Amino acid sequence: MIAVEPRAAAARWTSWAVPAASILAAFIVGAAVLGLAGVDPRAAYGELLSDPFGSGFGVTETLVKATPLILTGLAVLVPARMRLWNIGAEGQFQFGAIGAAAVALFTPLGRSPGAVPAVLLAGMAAGAAWCLVPAALRAWLRVNETITTLLLNYVALLFVDDLIYGPWKDPAGRGFPLSAAFPAAARLPVLIPGTRVHLGFLLALAAAAAVAVVLGRTRWGFEIRVIGDNPVCARYAGIDLVRNTLLVMGLAGALAGLAGAGEASAIAGRLQRGLSPGYGYTGIIVAWLAKLNPIAAVLVAVLLGGLFVGGDALQISLGLPIAVVYMLQGLIFFFVLGGEIIVGYRVVIRRRTPVKMSPEASR
Amino acid sequence: MTPVSVAVLAAAVRAGTPVLFATLGEIFAERAGILNLGVEGMMLVGALAGFAATARTGNPWAGAAAAGLVGGCLGLIHALLTVTLRANQVASGLALTIFGTGVSAFLGRGYVGVPASGFQTAPLPLLSRLPGLGPILFQQDPFVYLSFAAVPIAWYVLYRTRWGLEIRAVGERPEAADAMGVDVARVRYACVTAGGILAGLGGAFLSTAYTSMWIENMTAGRGWIAVALVIFATWDPLRAVAGAYLFGGVNALQLHIQAMGTGLPTYLLLMAPYVFTIIVLVAATQETARRRLGAPAALSVPYSRTG
Repeated sequence: MIAVEPRAAAARWTSWAVPAASILAAFIVGAAVLGLAGVDPRAAYGELLSDPFGSGFGVTETLVKATPLILTGLAVLVPARMRLWNIGAEGQFQFGAIGAAAVALFTPLGRSPGAVPAVLLAGMAAGAAWCLVPAALRAWLRVNETITTLLLNYVALLFVDDLIYGPWKDPAGRGFPLSAAFPAAARLPVLIPGTRVHLGFLLALAAAAAVAVVLGRTRWGFEIRVIGDNPVCARYAGIDLVRNTLLVMGLAGALAGLAGAGEASAIAGRLQRGLSPGYGYTGIIVAWLAKLNPIAAVLVAVLLGGLFVGGDALQISLGLPIAVVYMLQGLIFFFVLGGEIIVGYRVVIRRRTPVKMSPEASR
Repeated sequence: MTPVSVAVLAAAVRAGTPVLFATLGEIFAERAGILNLGVEGMMLVGALAGFAATARTGNPWAGAAAAGLVGGCLGLIHALLTVTLRANQVASGLALTIFGTGVSAFLGRGYVGVPASGFQTAPLPLLSRLPGLGPILFQQDPFVYLSFAAVPIAWYVLYRTRWGLEIRAVGERPEAADAMGVDVARVRYACVTAGGILAGLGGAFLSTAYTSMWIENMTAGRGWIAVALVIFATWDPLRAVAGAYLFGGVNALQLHIQAMGTGLPTYLLLMAPYVFTIIVLVAATQETARRRLGAPAALSVPYSRTG
């Protein structure tokens, strides 16, 4: 029979070898699916990988896509440290974009010199507010946050649709479902001229550093870790679970909201559909692959950001949908989950031995 | 009853049916102690497989069989990861949903806009002429009748058979079940696979009976709604019927109001099923806490003899 036995300690090499082997295995299985669908996997992978990490422009595009992924990854990672599953980063992202558009388009702040910070803060506030709904239900009524955060994603996307097909529709937009364009003052500045890398990238790096410091070096971070390790123990230690749930989820919503505000303000310059191809969901994978380490999340986000750039290239050259990227991401996630266990345990194959139920056999 | 309310109620049954299949499936998985958040992904792949097989063979039953088959295979992957490899059940389920969403959209790109003849309405003799309930329940298609059969079968298996006893024991006290000679891993594999088959059927209902087309992401969160309804149902197949038809009712009513053209914003109406599900989840959470009808005790806890 095949059995798994725990290893004494996970070897150090596993921290990079498991993700690397998982990505490789995912690409192999992905090749089989592509082949079955009549797509030449070599051509597809050539397109997928040459753009994001090969050319200079491709590399900068990878950083552009990594920007929202770092933030949504953090938005999943921080609550996960206290065993809360925030699967709602996608919706919090949308609310961040709504908040940013509200300030940019409908307040005098949008045309003021302080427009950029105002737009970003509005996005963070809107994302946080949206995330506080499931947080409050969790904190006071013990409602499962996994399901509520996820369901609210659909509601948030419909909110965006309602605004851009209705009251916020650009009168000069020829009927397209778009808001008016943000005023120039409310657009995030580009960091590297000639590319789309914008201020949001630096903010995302700063956010990752700040989260690392908060989690690792502050009393609040200590409380979060204690709750995550042992909620019962935390309660006896006098740690306020309600307060921490609200604060942590609020922070998570603000981070995802910042991602949405950044995409609306820097990339699209308006509120529209498809601001996110699913950055909130990829954030879950970012957090898991990074083993809930905020600095590692930056690296994983860059890697998965590259996959989105490659996905765009696939769409343009081979006409394949971005769904290929999600298929590969799901496969990577599967293999990482299985791989983590396999290296944590040893798989042993032995002949089945009958279990003796006699008194001598029992120890 | 007015013809309009009969039509809305019949539509409620149809809208609730895919969620009913998926909820029944998730009840089996969770009763055995395995949380599967991959329902949305399994439904999507089931919807595509069901539609593709229907379009190719012209027989919607072939579609249903194909959907059950691929749904069961995806369930098996979740079982492999969570039972044998003891992976985190939430993470594995999310991986399944992300994979299912991606792979169905990718493989389904050739089926967008393709016609297929799905299930047709087949009024049941005698029953369909029952006053009141007849036109609501028995002027439906055969796939709906299959769901009528699935509910009492699920209830009977769970509460009146030795299998059901083993399933519940494995979900509540796996170590006790193991000591009694029940193969915990085998029961969990079987239940998660059965859950996948039912989720696949739910997806196929959407693409071969509720509509006869394939659209990317056509489940639109119904898999997640099923996961929420399991809590509302307190893990009981009979109560799952109430939850699924309540959801179906809100969905049908919302569509009816849209069709009437009351001027209510379309997108706000479309939110109603999701908001309603969250409200139901809040109410169910309070009720289960008050009546101490908790989840199966070993839900989402991996089991191993060595501990």
